[in-house]
Amino acid sequence: AMDTDLSSQDRKDLDKFIKFFALKTVQVIVQARLGEKICTRSSSSPTGSDWFNLAIKDIPEVTHEAKKALAGQLPAVGRSMCVEISLKTSEGDSMELEIWCLEMNEKCDKEIKVSYTVYNRLSLLLKSLLAITRVTPAYRLSRKQGHEYVILYRIYFGEVQLSGLGEGFQTVRVGTVGTPVGTITLSCAYRINLAFMSTRQFERTPPIMGIIIDHFVDRPYPSSSPMHPCNYRPGEDSGAVYPSVEDSQEVCTTSFSTSPPSQCVFTVTKAHFQTPPPVVTDTLKVPVMGLAFSHQLSSSRLSYQPAALGVGSADMGYPVLFAGGLNAAHPHQLIGPGKEGGVPPVPSQPAHGTQADQERMCTPLDGVHYPAATPSSSEDTETVSNSSEGKCGSPHDLLETIFIRKVGAFVNKPINQVTMANLDIPFAMFAPKNVELEDNDPMVNPPESPETESPLQGSLHSEGSSGSSTGNTHDDFVMIDFKPAFSKDDILPMDLGTFYREFQNPPQLSSLSIDIGAQSMAEDLDSLPEKLAVHEKNVKEFDAFVETLQ
Amino acid sequence: PLSTRCCAPSSAAPAMNCRAEVLEVSVEGRQVEEAMLAVLHTVLLHRSTGKFHYKKEGTYSIGTVGTQDVDCDFIDFAYVRVSSEELDRALRKAVGEFKDALRGSGSDGMGQISLEFYQKKKSRWPFSDECIPWELWTIKVNVVNLANEQERQICREKVGEKLCEKIINIVEVMNRHEYLPKMPTQSEVDNVFDTSLRDVQPYLYKISYQITDSLGTSVTTTMRRLIKDTLAL
Repeated sequence: AMDTDLSSQDRKDLDKFIKFFALKTVQVIVQARLGEKICTRSSSSPTGSDWFNLAIKDIPEVTHEAKKALAGQLPAVGRSMCVEISLKTSEGDSMELEIWCLEMNEKCDKEIKVSYTVYNRLSLLLKSLLAITRVTPAYRLSRKQGHEYVILYRIYFGEVQLSGLGEGFQTVRVGTVGTPVGTITLSCAYRINLAFMSTRQFERTPPIMGIIIDHFVDRPYPSSSPMHPCNYRPGEDSGAVYPSVEDSQEVCTTSFSTSPPSQCVFTVTKAHFQTPPPVVTDTLKVPVMGLAFSHQLSSSRLSYQPAALGVGSADMGYPVLFAGGLNAAHPHQLIGPGKEGGVPPVPSQPAHGTQADQERMCTPLDGVHYPAATPSSSEDTETVSNSSEGKCGSPHDLLETIFIRKVGAFVNKPINQVTMANLDIPFAMFAPKNVELEDNDPMVNPPESPETESPLQGSLHSEGSSGSSTGNTHDDFVMIDFKPAFSKDDILPMDLGTFYREFQNPPQLSSLSIDIGAQSMAEDLDSLPEKLAVHEKNVKEFDAFVETLQ
Repeated sequence: PLSTRCCAPSSAAPAMNCRAEVLEVSVEGRQVEEAMLAVLHTVLLHRSTGKFHYKKEGTYSIGTVGTQDVDCDFIDFAYVRVSSEELDRALRKAVGEFKDALRGSGSDGMGQISLEFYQKKKSRWPFSDECIPWELWTIKVNVVNLANEQERQICREKVGEKLCEKIINIVEVMNRHEYLPKMPTQSEVDNVFDTSLRDVQPYLYKISYQITDSLGTSVTTTMRRLIKDTLAL
């Protein structure tokens, strides 16, 4: 493109416009994936700092990342600026959802007035971007992020890479603006196939807190920049003064549980009862009085451990806001405010990233905690104690415990007597190798004889999940519409009502039913003398045992 | 489906065509308002600027337009609108009337609401000013009745998807960068823009609607003028 036709002032202006347009584009896209409603004010008197006459806030971190990616360059032919939006589950699997591309082609419009027409058209294009970012599928996903997944962004500059979007991805053009040096185009390619494509998509992270967002191993692209979560909140102790994005009315209680593959973590959040809790699939909310705890679930079914609850509430007299991530080694550990005694602090994680990295990660939205931050860091303690003071209030506040059922999230395919490897269910590798048949499932049909292992024991001691998670080579995932917990699906041929009925009204123990009862009663009576004899023989053993208890 | 046709304006203005875009939606009764607001706000987002402040030497500066997300209650959909309560009120009023008219007797649930952008052309006395439209958006609405909750749920999602398509269509049209009125001088600004709002400045527009009665004939029930009225004779 010849720029001799363009005055040097115009050229300078144009470059500035394009640069700031690129930065604002990134802001709009990332802010649209924060999971919150954005609201900025109109101002009739020009402030002079609102580029393109639009009130678009600048999240400093995002600007920083964009500038880093651009490295002083501007979009040009073959050098596009791309914002990649992806989803990362709490298990560590990720999937690219969208690539927003700001490209430049060679078609020049020499006649166009830079300072006037180009500027106004860039403004119009940003408005179109605001509109379009709300209508791609990732918008709705991002509004529901928090519990089971987060939305991340990555900015890169160079060639557009669309291969991570799966087959049949769709494109939507946001708009174009002709300039004397080329035509700027803004478009979005988005995934429509929500099945995980290949093992390459798996970013399995080791079960260490902080790793999930901080480090991305095995990124497919050599020049990849690190990913960042979209739901950013500036940290309190980060150096610069960060004007924060205006808060929305609907704060999502994001508690992100980084459960290691073999575990499932209960996240406890203080529910804002005025606002409905975020939509989380496959969760069973159980009101818990003043308690936060974690829990190991290894089976593919919800194992409810009332004993643990009882123990917990006896120990802890105060409500604690549970920090999302947990150390695998301390399954019953709390990350509490640390001010009450008796709470063992989570040991700080070794590979935690630099301080700068930590700042880049989000501190959570309303005081619920991001797994990366350890309680030992001042920032986190501050947010922890703030939240516990501000939100937990008296020990009698009701906390909602959200039990996350491992397998079944995003699933709507039947699991019958087939191995997990054959199934297109997400997170299949985390399911135990031997799928329990519904008939054998103690939750559905409580065991008839008292000698059967209780569900408690079964889940506590099952090693299946940790073994199966690594042993399973099943790669395919199916990401489905989010259905509420226990909604009609084919895995469990039951809906919530049925589940509750079965849960609440288990079949009667056979020993209690009259016919069999009478029979076994008679048998019991007959066998009593025998049994007594055996016990008397072993009386010494029993006595010794009793001694050990005292 | 979006169809474009050019219609010649009623006045004898030379070489100025009014482009017309038509959108069609089928919605449930309680979705009418939100669906109309979503479309109208999206159009007006693109057709509003900040307030102009004219300075000496004929230059002007432009205020800042804020935006905000709006979630629909009856549709699985969200859209962005200009942050202007006055504008929102004006649109809600018009849409509310349209909705009531749709519900009224003689209506079989079909109607259309139009958003027209126009310029004023001053005429010499005794003629009144002309209104020359340069862009016309028509939304045809078909109200459906649903039998049960399940259908309603499906409708929520379907209409949400349809509205996403409409937004993409609108943006497509906006991106064509076709005729826009020239930026006016201070004396002309009221012929091009609606300067009555405090915080933003949309192009002059008016909203009108028609309800199709059960006989299929179109009956104009009201014309709403949401502009400063021109001087009456």
